[in-house]
Amino acid sequence: MIRYVTSGAMALIAGMLLGSGFVQPASAQGTGSATLDATRTRGQLLCGTSGQVPGFSLPDSQGVMRGLDADTCRAVTAAALGDVAKVKFVPTTTQNRFTALQSGEVDMLSRSTTWTLGREGNLGLMFAWVNYYDGTGFLVKKSSGVTAAKQMDGATICVQPGTSTELAINDFYRQNNMKFTPILIQDLSELQSAFLSGRCDAYSTDASALATFRFSQGPKAADLVLLPDIISKEPLGVMVRKGDDKWFDVVRWTFIAMVTAEEKGVTSSNVDSFMTSTDPDIRRLLGIEGDLGKALGLDPKWAYNVIKQVGNFGEMWDRNITPMGVPRGINNLWTKGGLQYAPPMR
Amino acid sequence: MSDNTADPRLIGARVAPKRSLRFSWSDPLFRSIVWQIVIVGVVVSIAWYLIHNTNENLTARRIATGFGFLDRVAGIPIGESMIDYNPAEHSYGRALLIGVLNTLKVAVIGVVLATILGTLIGIGRLSKNWLVAQLTAFYVETIRDIPLLLQLLFWYTVLQGLPTARQAWDRNVNGSVFLSNRGIKVPLLVWEPVHGWALLAFTAGLFGTWLWSRRSRRIQAETGARPATWPVALGLLIVPPVVVWLALGAPFQIDYPALRGFNFQGGGTVSPEYFALLLGLVIYTAGYIAEIVRSGIQAVPNGQWEAARALGLRHGAILRQVVLPQALRVVIPPMTSQYLNLTKNSSLAVAIGYQDIVSIANTTLNQTGQAIEGIAVIMAVYLTISLSISLFMNWYNAHIALVER
Ligand SMILES: N[C@@H](CCC(=O)N[C@@H](CS)C(=O)NCC(=O)O)C(=O)O
Repeated sequence: MIRYVTSGAMALIAGMLLGSGFVQPASAQGTGSATLDATRTRGQLLCGTSGQVPGFSLPDSQGVMRGLDADTCRAVTAAALGDVAKVKFVPTTTQNRFTALQSGEVDMLSRSTTWTLGREGNLGLMFAWVNYYDGTGFLVKKSSGVTAAKQMDGATICVQPGTSTELAINDFYRQNNMKFTPILIQDLSELQSAFLSGRCDAYSTDASALATFRFSQGPKAADLVLLPDIISKEPLGVMVRKGDDKWFDVVRWTFIAMVTAEEKGVTSSNVDSFMTSTDPDIRRLLGIEGDLGKALGLDPKWAYNVIKQVGNFGEMWDRNITPMGVPRGINNLWTKGGLQYAPPMR
Repeated sequence: MSDNTADPRLIGARVAPKRSLRFSWSDPLFRSIVWQIVIVGVVVSIAWYLIHNTNENLTARRIATGFGFLDRVAGIPIGESMIDYNPAEHSYGRALLIGVLNTLKVAVIGVVLATILGTLIGIGRLSKNWLVAQLTAFYVETIRDIPLLLQLLFWYTVLQGLPTARQAWDRNVNGSVFLSNRGIKVPLLVWEPVHGWALLAFTAGLFGTWLWSRRSRRIQAETGARPATWPVALGLLIVPPVVVWLALGAPFQIDYPALRGFNFQGGGTVSPEYFALLLGLVIYTAGYIAEIVRSGIQAVPNGQWEAARALGLRHGAILRQVVLPQALRVVIPPMTSQYLNLTKNSSLAVAIGYQDIVSIANTTLNQTGQAIEGIAVIMAVYLTISLSISLFMNWYNAHIALVER
């Protein structure tokens, strides 16, 4: 019964007890990355996602995983293995996500996880990049009449345990000398139904997930109000294990390649027309010139594959987030007043 | 039999001559000592290897280790706690203690209620009343066939279907107890130190009653006539606490729940999470206990019923005074395992948001990243609770065991 919640931790313990698995030394013939080698041997990239959050990762009616997090997994798969079809989505919860990555159950984690010092310092994991700059928000029922977070003294708040959200709410209430009662339910749909049934006055998590959840309520969305207050910074990032720096590079630069492509106007539909481009940045990006792929231990066409099969960052956003009615805001390119800024690919 | 009479079977028996240990493989004593050393050595080296390997692995992966986090400020919110808790100042250690208390709160009350309900249903299955027998049989069959997790989710959903706090307040019928999707709200006595003293006096009265009833039993054994117990018991249980309470100023103030802002304030609360968990565990476990009780009763030979009837006892009296005490002996060992099950099943609390030890340890390990330590805490807690239940039940079992004569 305890397994119900702690399977990830159990796997980690088994690995730590029995594994001889120090960080594997770089092998002579391999790519220098144990994780990359493993995905190639397996022919599959295991990507930890939630699988429950619309806009981030949720299977559509055909059973295809859709969302920003899911596409991030696909992009890395295209870069590492050349074919997006080789991705395998592994469902993880807010509680077992870190142990799943630590124990090697997944090769990377792309599930709306906030980049914090504690997580990088204590978990033996690190963040490769941020795919969504977010913040903690509150969703309330319109009928409650609440219009600002500060009106919620004494409120009961539904929140997932083990998240940075629960810590952010604590800080907010402490700072404002107010009190709240938490209802902590691990299973997302149980938690949401507790909110909808009125067990809680508010449901709190990353504002992005609140917006997409509200949107997914269809006609009933009008009964729910997303409060304007954003009470914390939640940069949601992609995580890998520490100790495999080459793999870290692959994941990080795949993301940067997508941002670069957006900066340069290269999309999945027009990428082939750029093969004759004279822009040195684009030529390096698409592997026509230079050996950036080799530096990462990848095919020269790695970024081409990513753009062709998944698209640039803007396309990924428009495909998954825009339909949910969430504006791009600070997630826009730096040239358009946002925070996404690609370091030079050279 | 007094201690200094020798066992008659040993009188005149030949006692094996005392031999000294020979360092030879042909000496069974020597062999057994060697084997024991080897086995202990193997176990210790495996344990050492596992611990060492784990530490190496954790260091290599730069995962934090150790129990230092227990003193760190927790910062995790906890909805329901029997002791004072403020996430901004209290530690993870205290948060985990709250988890243990919450687990005990549901396990102890659950065991008591499940035993009562299960016994009633078990007796009901043997009832001569057709309807009662059929209904209880139906209960046992259905409840045992539905997974507990589903039952818990069902009860939790039912409780969420209750009116909102505002509706419950508006529809206020009896004035002081409110049933809403925020839980059951009841008026609560405002606790003063005086009440603690009165409680102490009551406990003393309880002890006095126990002494008195022992005395009565002895007198009954000697003379055949039993002195009346209940007037003395009543006096001992009521007079001292009341006197203490009156002497210390007789404070009596009730805190009534009232709707203020979002929720009820004041009074006591039974949260829907706790109530759903308790309800689910009790109803589920009672199904198994009922079967144990039924088989226990059926294990008592029919002759006991007949003999008691021949003495002119009525059905209820036979059941209570002749059959159930004998059934108890059969019932205790399997009952122990049901109590253990109930306690362990309470870890399903996470599914419906009750913060038991598993829930809080999980959050802790997730926030600190110390998975191994977190799991170790969970295991140690369950091991301790389970061993305590087992020890108590074994003691009780030995206490009531039939003394063969
Ligand atoms: N960003 C926060 C919160 C993460 C979080 O709660 N994510 C939610 C919604 S954005 C989620 O993925 N829930 C789905 C699930 O548990 O499967 C963190 O990293 O702790």
